Amino acid sequence: MNALAIRVENLGKKYRIGLSPERYRTLRDSLVQAVNAPRQLFRSAEKRENSTIWALREISFEIQKGQVLGVIGRNGAGKSTLLKILSRVTEPSEGYAEIHGRVGSLLEVGTGFHPELTGRENISLNGAILGMKRAEIEAKFDEMVAFAEVEKFIDTPVKRYSSGMYLRLAFAVAAHLEPDILVVDEVLAVGDAEFQRKCLGKMSDVAQEGRTVLFVSHNMSAISRMTEETIVLDKGRLLMRAPTQEAVDYYMASGFSQTGQRTWEAGEIPSEAAPFQPIALRFCDTKGRVVDTIRSTEPVSIAVEYALNAPITGLRVGIYLVTMRGEYVFTSFDTDNPEMFEQFGVRPAGHYVSSCTIPGNILNEGRYVLGLNASSFRVKRYFQEEHALTFTVDGTGAPGMQWPEARLGPVRPLLEWQIEAR
Amino acid sequence: MTQTAISTKPKEEVLILQPTRGWGSLNLSELWVFRELIYFLTWRDLKVRYKQTVLGAAWAILQPFLSMVVFSVFFGGLLRVSSDNVPYPIFSYTGLLPWGVFSKALTDTGRSLVTNRTMITKIYFPRLVIPLSSVLAGVVDFLLAFVVLLGMMWYFHIRLTSNAWSLPLFLLLALVTALGVGLWLSAMNVLYRDIGYIIPFLTQLWFYVTPIVYPSSKIPEKWRLLYALNPLVGVVEGFRWALLDTETAPGLMVTISAAIALVILISGLFYFRRMERTFADMV
Repeated sequence: MNALAIRVENLGKKYRIGLSPERYRTLRDSLVQAVNAPRQLFRSAEKRENSTIWALREISFEIQKGQVLGVIGRNGAGKSTLLKILSRVTEPSEGYAEIHGRVGSLLEVGTGFHPELTGRENISLNGAILGMKRAEIEAKFDEMVAFAEVEKFIDTPVKRYSSGMYLRLAFAVAAHLEPDILVVDEVLAVGDAEFQRKCLGKMSDVAQEGRTVLFVSHNMSAISRMTEETIVLDKGRLLMRAPTQEAVDYYMASGFSQTGQRTWEAGEIPSEAAPFQPIALRFCDTKGRVVDTIRSTEPVSIAVEYALNAPITGLRVGIYLVTMRGEYVFTSFDTDNPEMFEQFGVRPAGHYVSSCTIPGNILNEGRYVLGLNASSFRVKRYFQEEHALTFTVDGTGAPGMQWPEARLGPVRPLLEWQIEAR
Repeated sequence: MTQTAISTKPKEEVLILQPTRGWGSLNLSELWVFRELIYFLTWRDLKVRYKQTVLGAAWAILQPFLSMVVFSVFFGGLLRVSSDNVPYPIFSYTGLLPWGVFSKALTDTGRSLVTNRTMITKIYFPRLVIPLSSVLAGVVDFLLAFVVLLGMMWYFHIRLTSNAWSLPLFLLLALVTALGVGLWLSAMNVLYRDIGYIIPFLTQLWFYVTPIVYPSSKIPEKWRLLYALNPLVGVVEGFRWALLDTETAPGLMVTISAAIALVILISGLFYFRRMERTFADMV
């Protein structure tokens, strides 16, 4: 038996980035320039070459049958493009891929669901879209309904479903596909914890049945649990392929690779952020030095530097603290305090730094992601970046370090315990 | 887009994915593999349409029927447009039937790829399935409206002629034309959204160059063959001949119309296949 499931050689995908407002302007400008000076024509051709980007380039790897391969990488690293090529949604610009067996893709659950149709009808439709035969759908119908726990509502239009029911039903159909190769993209990014647990369980069943799975996720713990081997993509290139633990460690160490400071260039800020203009997010120790690692026992200050090009009413600038597994630790805004909220009802145009301190003895050891958000409640979200900065908390001297064990939970407070003999 | 080859091992399908260039093959056999999807999408289009509207399936009947009433009053009654010795209501309704299939297919297929964007960007299937099922959904409307025609013929004491056997062929010709034009429009609509604005206008013009409110016998003899370059001329004349045995025997006109319809369909298929590979990136 041929053990090869997928072979990818030198795969590349090129996208043309056109049609953006700037692009349109440069096109017009370069036409005007071309009329004025023929020499400019050469330059505009050069520009045109620059306006294509390689979402994926020179990717080569093989997957054996029955293997579960993880794919990790930052947003825009080319993970989704890779899966889209392998599931035939789009074709490569160069290179070649060889696929042995039927591919089922779970790029997004609920594709083709129609809100007006009932759960029953959507199961048939979605199954057909995913490539199931009618007999197959009928045979698995009860199982899918039971998995989704929507028995009572199966003849209700799905527009009346709660979002949880909708997701469960969508996943149920997708999960009952029986392809030789399953390609999964970030299905676990949605839904509540219970749903995610269920999805992961179903996925490991699939893997245990000896099917090949290609699994993309931002959730490192899911990747670690599900896969033995993982590839790391960055800017469209394949950086490494290694046993999952090694790949995850490598990715965490270098993946977000900002050293205690995130600065924004003018070109990176989306136009809808205006008039808010982020300048920098800094992570500093008690002496004001920008650092990447702090001790669990020490306080740390977080500073957001930004400019307002026009006054904003009700602005709040704040941070999210998230663990590497994607669990939120807390969210905090500079005008959380009602007095501050009163004082900064309207923030005039100008240059600002909002800063705060996270006291010592709060965070557990580990790696954390800091996100930035600037918004006016129920009016507008000016700017949001969920992975702005990462930092490491070192456990030395933290409460309970006398026991060399991993402490569960993102916080590690030093609480005042009393022990009384009674 | 891709080629499928059977490897030396039995029953194992090996799929090779690589960039394709140029015109490539039509690979229509794949449509057969995905026939159930065509069925389900057609069924979805119908179901959703009839669920969301108050009158539901009645629309399929009301639209041509009300048009027929208006045409009969103005063109048949006031302007006294000739109708080849057939009661004007019947005359215009037999034209409106195939026209309905065509114009609806044009509107629906034109935007079909854009409205099914989420499917196209997430899942692989032959993209032809989408415009094809849009066209097929129109057949059900046609059948409903056809029942009304039978009722009208009974009312006007007109018997089905022995030519009626050919009706499915003319319906097929209407569908071929609709699919051909629909393929061109839907693929172009992905690249240029202007197409969405052109379609209503195009439909309106096309209506006037098709013998629906007037008979094609009004067209001077020497221009008729040129006139038949519009495939719908053959379709409408064919319908009238099959149902009413009108004097204008369609022979040559139908042949020309059918030939043009085939040219549109085949060129449309090739154009669609060629553009298909960019749909997921462009739509």
